[in-house]
Amino acid sequence: MSQQVQQQGRYDADERGYFGGTWGGRFMPEALVAALDELTDAWHEAMADEAFVGEFERVLRDYAGTPSRLYHAERLSKKVGARVLLKREDLNHTGAHKIRNVMGQALLTKRMGKTRVIAETGAGQHGVASATAAAYFDLDCTVYMGAVDTRRQALNVARMQLLGAKVIPVESGSATLKDAINEALRDWVASVDHTAYLFGTAAGPHPFPSMVRDFCRGIGDEARAQCLEQYGVLPDAVAACVGGGSNAIGIFTAFLEDEGVEIHGFEPGGDGVETGRHAATIHAGEAGVLHGARTFVLQDADGQTVESHSISAGLDYPGVGPQHSLLAATGRATYTPVTDAEAMDAMALLSRTEGIIPAIESAHAIHGAIEVAKRLGAEKGPDATIIVNLSGRGDKDMGTAIEWFGLGDADEGPEADLDQTETVTQQ
Amino acid sequence: MTSTSTAFEKARAEDRAALIGYLPAGYPTVDGSIRAMQVMVEAGCDAIEIGLPYSDPVMDGPTIQAAAQAALDGGVRTADVLRVVEAVAGTGVPTLVMTYWNPIERYGVERWATDLAAAGGAGMITPDITPDHGAEWIAAADAHDLDKVFLVAPSSTDDRIAMTARESRGFVYAAAVMGVTGAREATSDLAGPLVRRVRATGDVPVAVGIGVSTGDQAAEVAGFADGVIVGSAFVRALLDHPGDEAGGLDALRALTTDLAEGVRRART
Repeated sequence: MSQQVQQQGRYDADERGYFGGTWGGRFMPEALVAALDELTDAWHEAMADEAFVGEFERVLRDYAGTPSRLYHAERLSKKVGARVLLKREDLNHTGAHKIRNVMGQALLTKRMGKTRVIAETGAGQHGVASATAAAYFDLDCTVYMGAVDTRRQALNVARMQLLGAKVIPVESGSATLKDAINEALRDWVASVDHTAYLFGTAAGPHPFPSMVRDFCRGIGDEARAQCLEQYGVLPDAVAACVGGGSNAIGIFTAFLEDEGVEIHGFEPGGDGVETGRHAATIHAGEAGVLHGARTFVLQDADGQTVESHSISAGLDYPGVGPQHSLLAATGRATYTPVTDAEAMDAMALLSRTEGIIPAIESAHAIHGAIEVAKRLGAEKGPDATIIVNLSGRGDKDMGTAIEWFGLGDADEGPEADLDQTETVTQQ
Repeated sequence: MTSTSTAFEKARAEDRAALIGYLPAGYPTVDGSIRAMQVMVEAGCDAIEIGLPYSDPVMDGPTIQAAAQAALDGGVRTADVLRVVEAVAGTGVPTLVMTYWNPIERYGVERWATDLAAAGGAGMITPDITPDHGAEWIAAADAHDLDKVFLVAPSSTDDRIAMTARESRGFVYAAAVMGVTGAREATSDLAGPLVRRVRATGDVPVAVGIGVSTGDQAAEVAGFADGVIVGSAFVRALLDHPGDEAGGLDALRALTTDLAEGVRRART
């Protein structure tokens, strides 16, 4: 019974992949439909197979290091006047939540008897995770990455190559994540008989939005149980950054039916939504179809996809997972843009108050969560609780941080900038 | 408007396959694309597919991507595509639009069907819409008497082929290979069996596309299909003559002539 409710909740997709009857679906070339059907069947069967679920849990525990800790950020909590709990996905193997998704999909790939995986990547985190899973499961791996991104994330290119993956820079279109997805789909149309597409986020055609969510939902299931166990209460709010939205749907899912829990997604606001240079898809986009799903899309008057912008390559995507579109449309979750500058301030703040350098993606959530925590603290007192998904660690972003804060030169420390940062974020 | 079925009827009466040529609207310019398509009609295309350039064309290979991107960079708009439709349909051959879905959804499906029909368009080919996710388009097309051309692929199941053939009007587009658009050295051995599987379901004509670029290949495909669709090779003819409209049109004319002979050679 509870299983049934879990699978057919009001926020879940129907059997054709539509959330709320509208969002999602499968707007795809016929050539891929047989493969998507095959994948859908295999995923349903696998999730109903205790041996598969057990193996998935074992691999995540023994190899990826889950369950990740739920950590009380005490100094930050004092500053904001409410209890801030960090879901430490940054401590997972490969440094982000994405290992959960790829281990699930790669395990499914093995079960389906396919020998090769392809993936798209923006920041390189999903590419690194895919290359890792491919090494673990002995699969051939090709990663498509926008040429612009291969330049700004050269370290991750090297990591993928060291792990044995082939990295193909994509020069077409805007040469970023969306074009990497296009190129991976083109590969897949021609290779679908022996290749699985490890889609990197909870977007794209059915079954990816639901399947990726299932593989990531451990984040929220763990956090909910940890919060109850450690504090005896459910949180007042949960928060996550939203690009495609896999870490966000991963933590949100467990709380969707907890009506007292506020759900907050924080979108990349870039230079500010009013400048047009942003990737705040839900906040500023309009309903459309991109990469096989009906969802909010940054598009022009003719339905051409508009180039997105974010300081965080991992959030730099002009679409968003369709379930987020439903959660926004129904008001169950609130989506708010956070600018590049606000995210970088939060990156510095968390580094200095907790000794944790977050990924810039996650820093968007930190900034947004601080604002929510201040309000909750004022309303409910210092025991008000917010869980923030710290979806990834910031090592990969040091190049950006060096440039942004003027770090790295021992003679000219960044004191001035960072002091200002703390004041701004504290106010 | 002229349904694409008239092109197939004409070809069948001449005991040959129909030749369907593709170019994107707006390359090299909107007017230039009109002149190019008019040349293709004069030289023997029985129907024209006008591509609506889109920012994220997942079924297209590098050749069509390049021309479509250039058209977008040149500022082509959805309304321009309708102007091209009107001009090409004016030649009397059935004229279809081939487009990814989002620009149509954005334009408004009902409004699009109305304007496409008013421009004389025969209908639409939808590479990223299958009938089971295309209810809105099917309703609008039926209301405006427009052709609905859906694709089948070598990977399609028999059930899906039957469903697709049933929902298609005008013809069924059989993708000859598992892959994106673009010229291939050899014709696919997957196309023949696929055409036979579609034919087994009913009477709707079947045209084969993807990978056909020469008269010899067209002749081979015309041996078993009702129509031969050529896209990238036409686009290549234009891409190879940047800034030289006369040269590009000459190349288009020569290629069309070669292909038109091909579709006539097969069954003699």
